[in-house]
Amino acid sequence: MSRLQTVDTATKGSRIGESAIRPDGVPKVKGEFVFSNDLRHPDMIWGGTLRSPHPSARIVSINTTPALKMTGVYAVLTSEDLDGMPLYGLEHPDQPVLADGVVRFQGEPVAIVAADHPDNVRLALEAIDVEYELIEPLSDSKLAQENEAIHPDGNLFREININYGNSQEEGEITVEGTYEVGMQDQAPLGTESGMAVPSEDGGIDLFVSTQWLHADRDQVAACLNLPPEKVRLTLAGVGGAFGAREDISLHIHLCLLAMRTGKPIKMSYSRTESFHGHVHRHPAQMWYRHHAKSDGTLIRIEARLLLDGGAYASTSSAVLANATCFAAGPYRVPNVEIYGAVVRTNNPPCGAMRGFGCVQVCFAHEAQMDKLAVELGMDPVELRVKNALEPGDQIITGQTITGTAPVAEVIETCAQHSSSVGPASQQMELPGGAGRTADPKHIVRGEAIAVGFKNLMFSEGFDDFSTASCQLLDGVATITSACAEVGQGFVTLAQQIVREILGVEEVILAPASTASVGSAGSTSASRQTWMSGGAVKSACDAVRIKLLSRIAESHDLDVESLVIVDGGIASLSSEFSISLKEATSDLVEAEEVYRHVPTFPLDENGQGNAHVSFVFSAHRAVVDVDQELGLVKVVELITSQDVGRVLNPLQLQGQLEGGAAQGLGLAVMEEINVVDGRILNPSFTDYLLPTALDMPPVEIAALIEQPEPNAPFGAKGVGEPPAISSTAAIASAVRNATGLDLHRVPIRPTDIVFPERNDND
Amino acid sequence: MGVIIAKSVNEACAVLAENPAATVLAGGTDLMVQVNRGTHSLETVLDLSRIPELKKWTMEDNQIILGAGISYTDLTHPQLSAFFPALAQAARTVGSPQIRNAGTLGGNLATASPAGDTIPVLVAMDASMQLKSSTETREVSITEFITGVKANALKPGEIIESIKVPIFKGPQEFLKVGTRNAMVISVVSLALVTDYLERKLRIGVGSVSPVPFRATEAEEFISDKFDWETNRNLSEKVINKFSELVANSTEPIDDHRGTANYRKHAVKVLAKRALERVSAGDIK
Repeated sequence: MSRLQTVDTATKGSRIGESAIRPDGVPKVKGEFVFSNDLRHPDMIWGGTLRSPHPSARIVSINTTPALKMTGVYAVLTSEDLDGMPLYGLEHPDQPVLADGVVRFQGEPVAIVAADHPDNVRLALEAIDVEYELIEPLSDSKLAQENEAIHPDGNLFREININYGNSQEEGEITVEGTYEVGMQDQAPLGTESGMAVPSEDGGIDLFVSTQWLHADRDQVAACLNLPPEKVRLTLAGVGGAFGAREDISLHIHLCLLAMRTGKPIKMSYSRTESFHGHVHRHPAQMWYRHHAKSDGTLIRIEARLLLDGGAYASTSSAVLANATCFAAGPYRVPNVEIYGAVVRTNNPPCGAMRGFGCVQVCFAHEAQMDKLAVELGMDPVELRVKNALEPGDQIITGQTITGTAPVAEVIETCAQHSSSVGPASQQMELPGGAGRTADPKHIVRGEAIAVGFKNLMFSEGFDDFSTASCQLLDGVATITSACAEVGQGFVTLAQQIVREILGVEEVILAPASTASVGSAGSTSASRQTWMSGGAVKSACDAVRIKLLSRIAESHDLDVESLVIVDGGIASLSSEFSISLKEATSDLVEAEEVYRHVPTFPLDENGQGNAHVSFVFSAHRAVVDVDQELGLVKVVELITSQDVGRVLNPLQLQGQLEGGAAQGLGLAVMEEINVVDGRILNPSFTDYLLPTALDMPPVEIAALIEQPEPNAPFGAKGVGEPPAISSTAAIASAVRNATGLDLHRVPIRPTDIVFPERNDND
Repeated sequence: MGVIIAKSVNEACAVLAENPAATVLAGGTDLMVQVNRGTHSLETVLDLSRIPELKKWTMEDNQIILGAGISYTDLTHPQLSAFFPALAQAARTVGSPQIRNAGTLGGNLATASPAGDTIPVLVAMDASMQLKSSTETREVSITEFITGVKANALKPGEIIESIKVPIFKGPQEFLKVGTRNAMVISVVSLALVTDYLERKLRIGVGSVSPVPFRATEAEEFISDKFDWETNRNLSEKVINKFSELVANSTEPIDDHRGTANYRKHAVKVLAKRALERVSAGDIK
């Protein structure tokens, strides 16, 4: 048992390295936390969205007159009513606020309605008459580049070639494979929701659940044709994100309706609407050929990757950069030729999701390493360790790893950890679970290990920064940051950092708002502990210096002799001491902007120092498979992770468990089924997430604590790796159990039962 | 919209006679999905969940009469599950604990889904149902009641009062395939009920045809071959023939939960495994 599973009861005053309790934890458990869907205003009205039922069509006409005449209806808006920027997008504005003449995916917003009651919103939406002329949807990503453009920007979002080394030599051993990853959904429990309130200055206040307030603010302001300072976004309680809230959803619609009606307005997506209303994980098709010497040394990797970006750009180009840069896995490979493309289709738009391009390629490169091990007659762990990246090595973009890279350590500790599962003792624990389909004699067991890696923070020259201010008054610290708390625990960590540096017990977190502080950047890319943690740390350090200088000056002491200890300031060279409360009866404050080291774009060969830092993880999975029915039960997950330094053991454990559950989902059940551009399962009835019977306990074999140079407190982000190598390990374990060449996730029952035919394809 | 909370079956029937278009609410686990999806709009709602008579069960002759308001959780109670283990096993596969606490046997039948979890068991056992209106009480068999995909024989003004389930002596099995280990809609399900007194094996299958049904040809074959003295010694050939007969009687479809080929294959596996289990068990 790892030390994390026996953490002591946390105390209120916990500092760095301790399991401080989340300030929002108790209210969430008691149902008292106000999520965005709980927002209320005494004068509020309701908004709703009319969406295209077709994945591809021309809009011939829209008649809103019947809807406008209905009881309780305040406004019906279409693209004709827009007077700001008609398009938005995180990296590149290419998505219409409201469809203008064309719809490019099923669920694309066509019109929006404001009414006094949700029922009247629904009736008004039904009364809008849209005439569509259907177009054959472009639903096969393989055909996108040769197909007629379905958008003025064309069908190719981005292509990347990575050419590293110069040898075209064939290996003594080569293995080849094609791999496929289905479309996963982030499935946060809180659906998109928010409230817009028009203000007297002609501006607007928007309360919304999001991952990045300032990026939203800038897009909303442009579309409303307002200066950014007149659009104030405040974070509303976020019910999970995982990438689904990085893009705009209802933000602009809410503001348009509020501006038009002059009333506070609320909107909240249903679960089905949510499936249509946010981006998903990119489906991927991948071809790989690995070349190795007969002793297992990798000498060359060739790969071709195709990601389906769906109808609009979102973050597709950055996802592709990750997929290509990390395509070879955390291994030393002297020669690489990789081509990657992400294309536009009439499928649901895809964008950010935990793991961001690294999940798909990890599944493929780890399957290749297993194939290679078989071909070499070599132990798969030994093969991985032999080729594992080390500090000082270059990754395939030519970037030298200057930070820590304990790759062999994560693999070895994970592989060596002893398994604690015996054979299933109850029917419920067998594959099929509550359905009672299996008996122990039908079960085959398999086990496998996988390793993955990813970048931390934004890459390719992006100006990535976070802002925070600290005010210290009467012994109480107030931290202001626009960092979006989406469940990851930044609020806890911010308090721990303040207590660590300033020695205060009480730390207040001001609401996250664009009105009070500069951008914190996105809660994504495993970056907030490093970036906003870094900003809070900088602000606290500045406050500490100001405070000590002030005390030194007013008491005629040497500032170098002053220390903060036991809730007060003391001098090491005299008897002087003063309580923090007394010392801060006058406000001490500082605001700081934190930036990581600069990064650079990739050149035409995909070379360059594009990334800040790298993080590594390994998973080992044990699975039971009922081969006759094709049902799988993951019975054990063991993990080791490169964490730099543990800042909050309990929250770290939560990330490792939750991420592994998401990885398990992709391995064996989570998939948005899209046929001809249409989603067949937009509900939790049929989009299956792992239950307690599907998810085994996560055993933490090791947390590798090698402090990362340049990282605040030496800590690496931890949120994404658990979702990267877990999927690959589980898929590999199912291959190990069945002996089948399973080249696709999620693994469906038919893939196991009818391996020779593509019953689902 | 108004909600009428009935306190007795008679009161409920009287309300329905006056408002034949009223939506009947029991556990709400199917109805609320439709309401949230916008496929069912509510005008007048008649709530049956607070009628004590509907939650009772009694024994009459060799049959158990189950009130239509009995929940899935109730069916898994040892007192009841002892009479029909397969029905309890089927009830346990439904949803989550919260769903099983709310959802009712009567509701499962009224919804009449091809994937309704309790239905293959009730079909296998030849259960019958008492339907009641303000003017009439009638009894129909389960197979008469379920008339098609999500279609039932309820007339306007009628509610399901109770379900009559015969007690059979002998082991029972219910197996259900879903692509998650719990809380999943059935891709294929099968119930096998042995009847030692009549020397008959009864088989109900679900999710492989518009309505769950009994695989009669397979039943006749296996009832004849079964060794009713020792309960054992079935040859592999017999088991295979039996499972093929079950599979051949189905007419599954392709949908996003599974393909027809897979369903046909899986029902064969379930038939084989259910038979192996009952023939390995001791005669009770």
